[in-house]
Amino acid sequence: MLYFSKFRIIFIFLISLIFIFFASSNLFKFSNEILNKKINLGLDLQGGSYLLLEIDNSPVIEQKLQNLSITIRNFFKEKNIRIRNIKLSDQQLSFSVDDEFKQIILDEFSDEESEINPYYQRFKSHQLEIEEDNSVLTVNFSRQGIIQIKTSSQDQALEIVRRRVDEIGTNEPNILKRGNDRILVELPGLDDPMRIKALLGKTANLTFRFVTNNDEDSFGAEKLMYEDNSEEAMVSKRIILSGDNLLDAQPRMDSENNETIVSFTLDRVGAKRFGKATSTGIGKQLAIVLDGKIISAPVIRDVIASGSGQISGGFTFQSATDLALLLRSGALPAPLSIIEERTVGPDLGQDSINAGIIALIIGFVLVILFIFVKYKIFGLITNVALIINLFLLVGVLTIFEATLTLPGIAGIILTVGMAVDANVLIFERIKEELKNEKNNLIAFDSGYTKSRTAILDANITTLLAAIILFFMGSGPIKGFSLTLGVGIFTTLFSVYFIARLLTVLYVSKNKEKGGLI
Amino acid sequence: MIAFNKYYNQFNILSVSLVVVSLFFLIFKGLNFGIDFKGGTLIELRSNDKKINVSSLRDNLSQMNLGDVSVKKFGNETDFLIKFENNENKNVIEEIKKNLDKSFGNNFNFRRVENVGPKVSAELLRSGVIAISVALALMLIYIWIRFEWQFSLGAILALFHDVIVTLGLFSLLGLEINLSIIAAVLTIVGYSMNDTVVIFDRVRENLRKYADIKIFELTNISINETLSRTLITSITTLLALLSIFFFGGEILKGFSLAMIFGVIFGTYSSIYIANTVLVRLNVSQKTILKDDDKN
Repeated sequence: MLYFSKFRIIFIFLISLIFIFFASSNLFKFSNEILNKKINLGLDLQGGSYLLLEIDNSPVIEQKLQNLSITIRNFFKEKNIRIRNIKLSDQQLSFSVDDEFKQIILDEFSDEESEINPYYQRFKSHQLEIEEDNSVLTVNFSRQGIIQIKTSSQDQALEIVRRRVDEIGTNEPNILKRGNDRILVELPGLDDPMRIKALLGKTANLTFRFVTNNDEDSFGAEKLMYEDNSEEAMVSKRIILSGDNLLDAQPRMDSENNETIVSFTLDRVGAKRFGKATSTGIGKQLAIVLDGKIISAPVIRDVIASGSGQISGGFTFQSATDLALLLRSGALPAPLSIIEERTVGPDLGQDSINAGIIALIIGFVLVILFIFVKYKIFGLITNVALIINLFLLVGVLTIFEATLTLPGIAGIILTVGMAVDANVLIFERIKEELKNEKNNLIAFDSGYTKSRTAILDANITTLLAAIILFFMGSGPIKGFSLTLGVGIFTTLFSVYFIARLLTVLYVSKNKEKGGLI
Repeated sequence: MIAFNKYYNQFNILSVSLVVVSLFFLIFKGLNFGIDFKGGTLIELRSNDKKINVSSLRDNLSQMNLGDVSVKKFGNETDFLIKFENNENKNVIEEIKKNLDKSFGNNFNFRRVENVGPKVSAELLRSGVIAISVALALMLIYIWIRFEWQFSLGAILALFHDVIVTLGLFSLLGLEINLSIIAAVLTIVGYSMNDTVVIFDRVRENLRKYADIKIFELTNISINETLSRTLITSITTLLALLSIFFFGGEILKGFSLAMIFGVIFGTYSSIYIANTVLVRLNVSQKTILKDDDKN
């Protein structure tokens, strides 16, 4: 255990130097990309906002089943099978057919080549499930079908969320999928997420529909409130134009009446439809509906064929800007709700960093003093190893550009406290060996050998705890497990290479000296 | 040599009563779960106006229909922590801001806002419980591979003792259980195990060495031989933890306190629980030799 080859000494030196370099590189700026690595600060240290959004897929499922009811009806009509009493309730579709056709329908749904019920070879599952209850057949999505819907709306929602966040222009946002119906948004440096929360909370489903009387419309109509909750109006369910047809939207000042408006430009299809609707509907009211509420319902006076128009509705400049932003970025496939929010102001973050660093320095100094008083020259060796250990730990975190959180700093401080354990185990063992063995070299050698299993055990148990935390924990806690876990490896390196090397150098110069430790 | 073994019985009784009392508190008083596990909203405020105090803030907020509002000082005189249960109102934070600005002037800095919905808090609680259970199970497996079953039993009992008594103390003192406490408990599990294993290692070594010494004496010898290591490591770990507790800021207080309790209990339990189990199960040289033969 006591022999070090020249090659190995150089190796230890180099490794230590590399990590010391990277640990201190946090303080400098390098133009070189490989050298310019820094520890990322977690949101709890640099300030910022963490938002966990959940997608409510039930309207999507409802809509899909609604569409499906038409598909099913038409599909079987071609086969001369009449589907009766088709109903949509509780996220399932039910209908009845004459008994003679029942088997045909069941077969169609379970056919792997089925046109209306796609089969996912990979998952060995159909998109839909059909159940038979007396004369009634009920159809709903299979587990796999639901997963497909969820992942696809998650993909779309992620894109829209990214566009909206980008439009606001925060620095380096982090937008990630979580599970199959959640989206995590991390916004460093943002201390008031009010506006972004309001923007993400809106589906931004825009439609242009005529205001109508119930009886004259074959599509049916629904009663909708105005956005200011003042009145309601009957609005046709037939959609003239939707947000999908929008190319651009901008807030503007209307010079005529000094009102803030949102002007928009339509794509070719949209422009055509808008032209047609305005030409046939002169004198009618066209309702502009956003998320089920009427923003305004102007009367059509002229044909608008240019493909551009404007929305007025008593906006402030801020609300017009936000509406334009929402329209530009597009509608979410399903409503989002914020189910977890954690926001830390920048000054608290800075306070936490300061407190963490002070605690680290004080903890470090206390441990170093204690160890020095206890072990004198070997305490000094332990302390040198401890200092290098700290550089190694910070260096590793820097090289991997890991995220440091406040609990992460606690993990570093705790590592300082526990790192001396291995050296203490070794030195205590050597002391015992020296009672029976007068030869320093032999005593030191067997001290190292005999303490090895205990050291390994001690570190494996802590490592197990850190690994579990890493995989189970979230955010800041992950940061703690990371520093604790990395700390175990750097500790073992510093104990078995650095402290041991220094010990060997010292002992081989003092072979004959009694009472070394 | 200190005669630790003179007090095995007394300390066993003490440990059992500590566990019983802790369980009593855990069952009847329960734990004070923070918003991470209960759901709700937390706001950390700093005021510029020294005249603003807890009761004036509480009076003001209680008019807002927030349900059960708790207002506490947080470290500084001018820092406050406000907590309330989940609220249907999505704009509740904005409204609180407006309301406070109206009543006290524009004197507040919202330093931290956390809002955890009921679904997320339930998930966090579940994953916390799973994490601790998995940790205990892994430790069990590890020690089972490393040692004979008598040793495993001793280590696991010591582990359960530490976790239960630490949580019991949190229940007794009404300290908040949040995500960082789960991290602390897991670290305690690791630390307690580590401490026990070091002594057990020595017990096993001594069992091989001395065939004629009874386990009652042998554990005492082993405890004494490893005592200075046990103490030094506990002291340096406590030094680190105490500096986190006193200087690391309010947010880490609960975490470091739990760890401080845990290190003390862990050190105690490796001496007075883990070893006494070996004595009570009458472990002898035969116990480990049987195992050695197998290998």
